[in-house]
This record gives sequence, structure tokens and C-alpha cells, in this order.
Amino acid sequence: MKKKLSKGNLVLDSVYVRVEGKRIVRGVSMTIKPGEIHALMGPNGTGKSSLALALMGHPRYENVEGSARIGHTELFDLSPSERAKAGLFLAMQSPAEIPGVPMSDFVRTARRELGLEDLSGMKFDRKLKSELKLIGMDGAFAGRYLNEGFSGGEKKRTEVLQMRMLEPKFAILDEIDSGLDIDALVAVARGIGEMVASGMGVLVITHYRRLLDHLPPDMVHIMSGGEIVRSSPGMELANVLEAGGYEAVVGREVSV
Amino acid sequence: MDNIPTIDRAGTAGVPVVAPPPAAGMTDAAKDEYRFGFHDPEDYVYRAPKGLSRDLVEDISRRKGEPEWMLEKRLEGLKLFQRKPMPRWGADLSDIDFDRITYYIKPSEQEERSWDDVPEKIKKTFDRLGIPEAEKKWLAGVGAQYESETVYHNLKREWVEKGVVFTDMDTALRERPEIVKQYFGAIIPAGDNKFAALNTAVWSGGSFVYVPAGVTVDVPLQAYFRINARDMGQFERTMIIGGPGSTLHYVEGCTAPTYSSDSLHAAVVEVIALPGSRVRYTTIQNWSHNVYNLVTKRAAAYEGSTVEWVDGNLGSKVTMKYPSVYLLGRGAHAEILSVAMANDGQYIDAGAKVIHAAPDTTSSVVSKSISKGKGRAGYRGLVQVEPGAVGARSSVRCDALILGPEARSDTYPYMDVREEESNIEHEATVSRVGEEQLFYLTSRGLSEAEAALMIVNGFIEPIVKELPMEYAVELNRLVEMEMEGSVG
Repeated sequence: MKKKLSKGNLVLDSVYVRVEGKRIVRGVSMTIKPGEIHALMGPNGTGKSSLALALMGHPRYENVEGSARIGHTELFDLSPSERAKAGLFLAMQSPAEIPGVPMSDFVRTARRELGLEDLSGMKFDRKLKSELKLIGMDGAFAGRYLNEGFSGGEKKRTEVLQMRMLEPKFAILDEIDSGLDIDALVAVARGIGEMVASGMGVLVITHYRRLLDHLPPDMVHIMSGGEIVRSSPGMELANVLEAGGYEAVVGREVSV
Repeated sequence: MDNIPTIDRAGTAGVPVVAPPPAAGMTDAAKDEYRFGFHDPEDYVYRAPKGLSRDLVEDISRRKGEPEWMLEKRLEGLKLFQRKPMPRWGADLSDIDFDRITYYIKPSEQEERSWDDVPEKIKKTFDRLGIPEAEKKWLAGVGAQYESETVYHNLKREWVEKGVVFTDMDTALRERPEIVKQYFGAIIPAGDNKFAALNTAVWSGGSFVYVPAGVTVDVPLQAYFRINARDMGQFERTMIIGGPGSTLHYVEGCTAPTYSSDSLHAAVVEVIALPGSRVRYTTIQNWSHNVYNLVTKRAAAYEGSTVEWVDGNLGSKVTMKYPSVYLLGRGAHAEILSVAMANDGQYIDAGAKVIHAAPDTTSSVVSKSISKGKGRAGYRGLVQVEPGAVGARSSVRCDALILGPEARSDTYPYMDVREEESNIEHEATVSRVGEEQLFYLTSRGLSEAEAALMIVNGFIEPIVKELPMEYAVELNRLVEMEMEGSVG
């Protein structure tokens, strides 16, 4: 796999996100280096997905303050398409269905837009098939319409497949582990791990330790009420969380 | 290109339909006029006075050298046209001024129009569609010298021993009057609606297809190449007859905007599918934006036959078109697939009609409409099940895609079921090209315009995949052109 060598970090600097006047992300900062895995954990509704969507440029989360950049590129100045070109990828919690658009056509078009190597038809097909196999999906999915009628787990795997085909510098994976059985989880984790090994930085949003067992994080952040309330290297926080729930991590101040 | 003869204007007379020989029963005056015309090309140039009158209808029929029964049909059409009210549904048609329309132009008149007169926008469209120069000129109504006979001869070589007829209606009326007489107006009587009546009165050109019993024509019969200026008439009349057990696919395409100086297109298409036959009619039309496109299309499907309409509508100012199938024999089947796209200033009211009048008849309707900008596209459909049509089954699916806050879509699905032992399903979806879809695609690197186009192309994919390859490609291109500048 030809990798774009990533020199810059993904840096979030006091990121605030407002939706309908309400601040749902309040001053999040972190730095993810190429090849690092960061985990973002926390109760439902604390702003994790909002942060992810705001970073990618979802129109509902346009009202942002602070700075998010890859290297020297300020993401908040860019359209979603330009953010993708800057090297950001978001594996979405509920990816949209696009009827009538075969997955292979879409991935090809996206690769072209991102300026990736223009593979011949046969080479591309071979690559896509082998990527499908790697995440445990039938080759026939290449011709299926994008996400249409896919099960929850198939959608998640398709997101990982796209991530691998589109070779981003940084990927945000929003609950990529939900709806996956253990075999699929292992396959997906391996697919992500390979990319990390070749320099992709990852922010994994998850509720569970089980994905992190396969993707050991460099750093775990706990988010609550729109803020990062704890950050700690390694698996320590994830272990505490698994044993005692969020209260054990953030104490009584959890109020969302 | 060298098979296109260059002609002087008098040379147009070489095409038989342009200057029919004087028919028996023609008045002396008409013969004089004809002879005079033959010697002096200036007199071929004939444009009927604007407006509609009995004199005009008689004149058209006489100039064509038609049999008396056809003149009678025309006059009946005229009478009914004058009596019939304008449609009271759909688009506003009050701007049509029937007194300002030229109902009949002799082809030599059209030839005088030069390529330079064709609007820039249309020329550009031709270029981008990659249409060869000669075809462009024909499509613009400029190049009448496009020789249709050659194409017919090719077809004849292949099919003539089997009795297949594929020609224009005027020729068919001369050469196969018995068939034309049997079916003309049999499916769409003159009094069906105001515009069918008008067509009956002033029709000119159109296609005639006849495939005899048991014959399978395995190549599409394409009117694309059946080219001369006359067929560009605004009131063409098309008749397609599939003999018992026959199979045919007729394709009619102007996949480039049809340049027309007049503003009313009122065609009539009659399809007769005799028992056990299979008839498919495919058309992709893209009218220039000043055209009222008011077309009556109907098929009669007899026992065990299948009729398929595949109908794409782009362009025009107003389109009102509801391809219909009357399922008249046991086990007959209808498929109607249509796609319509309305852009700024356009109102496309398209749909489908299926009448189940026999047992075990089945039908499937899939309609896709796209409205964009300030455009308005809708579906208007009727499924009717007659008493005694036991076991009739129908499924209707209409999907509307709306681009932008000002675009509009309406769905009017009428059901009239008078037989309890039947099964009618209807499903309708309306979607705006969603924020979520656009965001999803753009987040993977596509521009917004590209993403919107991808969504639209995906939306019409179920229809596109039914089209012959070159039409599929051109439909996609046309949609792409309509989509340009759609997203800010």
C-alpha cells in the first residue's frame, strides 16, 4: 500500500461546537500524532459524535470555535470535501444509504478525487475484492448499492473498507465496533491496525474496551458534558471504566 | 458523411414524401399547383397560414394526396378539437394560442432554416453530446437532406422477407393503407382528448412499425435514423403493431434538445400488441424549453402479450404525458418505466395509466421524478381494475427526488378497483437530496456538485439500466448537464 507520509499531527485546540445556541462541545483539546491510537470514551450524549461530525464539517455542526488542524492546515476553514483531501476520514455511526450507486463506482470516484493512484479497472477490482475479503465481506458487495439494505455490521465494515481504500492521514472511527460479532471485530481491528502501523493516526470513539483490546490505545480520553474530563496513557482508564462504569472515572460530577 | 447527398432545394423532391405524385381525385388546381411546384422550387416552400380551419385540414390532406377516409378522420378530429375543453388538471395551458400556431410546414420550408439560426445553447448541447455534424443539423430541423431511404433499405434487406414494415406514417398510408385504416384511431380515438383530436386533424409524419405474426425482430427499430425534416412535425402520429407471437423493440430518440420554432408538440402514439406478442417502446426526449409537450400514448395488450413503455422526459416548458396500457386479454402484462426531470421554469406532469380489463393481467409501474431549482415534476397515475378482471395484480412505485428548497413534486396516484379478487400495491417515496447523503459523499472527497449528480444518477439507475447502451449514456449526460450549477 502506497502511503502518503504524514508529517503533521492532528491537533484540536479548544474546540467548541454549538448547535441551536447550545454549546455541546466545550473546549476540547488533544494532539494525535501519526501512527497513534487515541480512544474517546464517555456516556451517551456527551458530545463525542458531535465533535466528530464537527471536525468533518457536517452542516449541522458548523458553528465552531477554536482550531482543528492537520499539520498547518486549518480544517475549520474547509468544506467536508477539502477536509477529506487534507487527509481526514470519519467512519460514521450511521452512514447514509445511496441507492443506485454501486460501492465500487463510489470508491473509485472518491479515490480519483483524493488524488490517489489511478488503478486500472482490473487492478482496482482486485484490490477492492481483496479488501472486502479482509474485513470478512463477500466480493459481491462491490456491486451492491452503497449501504442500501446493509445490516448495521455491514455498514460498519464498509466504512472501514472505505477508510482503507481512501488512505487518510487521520481517521475518526465513531462506534465502529457496534453491531459487530467477535470475528468481524477482530477483522476490523486488524484492518485498522495495519493502517496505523503504516502511519495513520486514529481517534476511536467507543463505549467498550473490547475493541481497544485489539487496538491498544496510546491515550484514552473520557468525555463528559462536552468536555474531556480525564486523559491518561495506555489502557488504565478503559480498565477502570470497564470495572466501575463512568462514575468510577468521572465521579459524581457526571451530569449530562 | 458521404452517404448524405447534397441537394439543391428542388432536389428535395427526390424524397417521395416531400412531393407526393398527384393522386387520383386531386383537383385540377392541386395538380397545377403540384406541377408548378415541381418546376419552380420556390413553390415547394409552403407554410400553411397560421391558425386552424377546415380549409387548412383539407389542404393538408390534399397536398399529401390522402385517401378520402383519412380526410374524414381529420375533419372529425377538427370538429372534436373545437368542441373539447382544455384539460382541467396539471399545468396551466392557457398561454397556448391555437391561432398563432403553424400547423403544417412543408419540409422545404424547414430546410431554409440555416444552422446559424440554431440557438447557441442547443448547438453547445449537441457538441457536448458528441453528435456528428449531420445528425446535429437534422436534430435542429436544418438538414432535411439526411436521406432516410438508405436506412429503410438496410432494414428491408434484413427483414423484408419476413414482412416487417418500418417506415414513416405518410409512406405507410400510401403503401399499407389497409393496415393503417384498420388501426388508425382504434386505440386513441380522435375524441379521446383535445390534443389527440388536434393531432388527428393535422398529423404529419411519425413512425409506422408492423411486425407480422411469429416474427422476432431482435434489433431495436430506431427512429433516430429515420430522418427527414417532415418527421420533425409537431404533430407526428406513430403506430406500432406487433402481430401475434411477435417481438419488437421500437426506440425513438431525440436525445438532444429538439429544436423547434413552434411551441406545441402534440403527438399520438398507438401501440397494438396482438396475442402473445412482446412490444417495447423506448423514448428519451429532451425538448427545448419553449415547448408544450402534450402527448397521448396508449397501447392495447391482448391475451398473453406484454407491452413495455420506457419513457424519459427532459426539457420542455410543460409536459403532460401518461403512457397507458389497456390490458384486454387474459394474462396480458404491462410495464411502464418513466423518468422525468424538471428544471427552472418547467412543469413536467408525467405518469402512467393501466386498465386491467381481463383476468390474470399484471402490471408494474415505476416512476422517477426529479425536480430541481424552481422546477415542478409530478406523477399522475391511474390503475383501474374492471369487474371480472379476476386475479389482476398491479404494483406502482413512484419516487420523487427534490433538489433545493424551491423545487416541487406532486404525486396523484388514482386507483379505481372494481374487482375484489385483485391485488394493487402502491408505494411512493419523496426525498429531498438529503443533507446526510451529501455530507456522506463529500466527506469522502467528492465535491458537492459531484455528490448531487451521483445521488441523482443513482436515483434513476433502475430506469437507465433498462435502456439500450447509447441511450443510457446520453440520458446520464443530459442529466449531468441539467445538474450543472445546481449546488452552490
